[in-house]
Amino acid sequence: MRSSVFFLIAVLVGAAVFFGARFVHNEYIFFAGFVILQFIVLATAWNILGGYTGYVNFGTAAFFALGAYSTVFIHKLYPLPIPVLILIGGVVSGIVGLGMGYLTLRLRGAFFSIATLALAVVLQTLIVNWTFVGGSRGAYIIRPATAPLIGNYIEYMFLIMLALAIVAITTARVIERSQLGYGFATIRDDEVAAEASGVPTLRLKLIATTISGALMGMAGAPFPYYIGYVEPTSTFGLAYAVNSIAMPMIGGTTSWIGPLIGAILLGTIQQVATVTISSAVNLLIVGLLLVAFVIIAPKGLIGLVQDFRRSRGG
Amino acid sequence: MMAQALLDIVGLSKRFGGFVALDGVDLNVKQGERLGLIGPNGSGKSTLVNCICGTLHNEGGSVKFDGKKIDGLIAHQRTRLGLARSFQLPRPFVGLSIADNLRVPLIYTVHAREGRRFTRAEMEDHCGEFLRLVGLADKAKKFPRDLSMVELRKLELARAMAAEPKLLIADEAMAGLSHSEVDDILALLARLSERGITIILIEHIMRAVMAFSQRVAVLVSGKKIADGLPQDVMRDPEVERAYLGQ
Repeated sequence: MRSSVFFLIAVLVGAAVFFGARFVHNEYIFFAGFVILQFIVLATAWNILGGYTGYVNFGTAAFFALGAYSTVFIHKLYPLPIPVLILIGGVVSGIVGLGMGYLTLRLRGAFFSIATLALAVVLQTLIVNWTFVGGSRGAYIIRPATAPLIGNYIEYMFLIMLALAIVAITTARVIERSQLGYGFATIRDDEVAAEASGVPTLRLKLIATTISGALMGMAGAPFPYYIGYVEPTSTFGLAYAVNSIAMPMIGGTTSWIGPLIGAILLGTIQQVATVTISSAVNLLIVGLLLVAFVIIAPKGLIGLVQDFRRSRGG
Repeated sequence: MMAQALLDIVGLSKRFGGFVALDGVDLNVKQGERLGLIGPNGSGKSTLVNCICGTLHNEGGSVKFDGKKIDGLIAHQRTRLGLARSFQLPRPFVGLSIADNLRVPLIYTVHAREGRRFTRAEMEDHCGEFLRLVGLADKAKKFPRDLSMVELRKLELARAMAAEPKLLIADEAMAGLSHSEVDDILALLARLSERGITIILIEHIMRAVMAFSQRVAVLVSGKKIADGLPQDVMRDPEVERAYLGQ
């Protein structure tokens, strides 16, 4: 399927989701849906680096928070429309992604992961000590009462995140099927052999960290307007890092559809658990599911389906 | 003779901490030549290959390829210049199909070199050609895990070939193979040589080295101790001592 056709179908599905959600006549659907869509973007972004090239990034929260705090910063100066803020958040965290990649990508395996974790700690410390964006007390963002075109603000936020999810998934799919995708796969499999086949591994890894970081920042940019109050501890929360790793792992990391399925599945379960039990149980659910999948289906749901097909095909 | 040297190594040294792996090695290989490189285990053969191909960087001396100094170039840049290698232990891209394994050097080396993209049909043609050359045409859609050891070694050679190199270094491409499988690989290398590709064969199987090489170089403890016609080198007392002890 051509990418333009895929994009069109994704837009149609997105439109169906939006009007379906409107049909329910319950604003909570949009609140919960926003979070799930946000995780679709984060999981897809994580997978571009972690799934395609095999470099496990523990710093999702740092990129997400960069996006969120770019918005806080600009909101304090001059409030701009959310789509513009998303672009700015994307540029900022894309640049940080490139920088992080340049500094850390000579490290492999666990060492790279530890470096990304350190990035999150360093950035959080910076934000805590930066009073202009609220410091450790946090910052309030007063959400406008109405949104352009649609009117209802939460529906507007939902629509924006839906569009971002479509963009992220289409990007991931385009990469997967392009020459870049082949290059990423060789890096995941064997970097020395990749170099010997002419693959410029460092450059490709930098492209991956930049795209991945930018998408994470884009997911974070609308967050202050959604939550209304941003403070470092929750914005740099463990939940973002853990979820954005767990979702692709559970769905399957080799294809764009894995993070999508994982995010919808885990995100929905968490939203339901938040309402029925408590949000405190969310990380427990993620942990248990992750353990279960690592044991039963290490290649995620996609791997399970592929194995099943192969065994039937003989 | 020097003017035609495709690969010209002068005084190459490499150490790992206190261990001197290569100690001032000189070696040159002419265009179209078939060179056998032998030496006991740990004599520095693979280190030499790694230094030539850019997987490791040499500390002393220089490597000239096709008239150009390539010290300091990263591995993929050397591959694009026309240096290709196979690995001692096959290192296939396990997540890609056999045909896709060959697409990688086509995309990243041949494209980059020619500055244009292959069309889908050209790509299929090239892949098919190399698969047929090594006899893996019927396994194009399989994955590396479905291949036997000898097939993996053929894939290794095919992938190196797909980069359309001027110089191919086959690092122990026959280790652990049966008599007839060794003949298979030898025939394959001979076919590549006929296409005008310069080949360095690193091997322990003397039968293969003697059958294939026009010239043999011997590496012992990081030093080159002999270099010449295969029969002469075999009679060299120093070589005998290195292999058989005193």
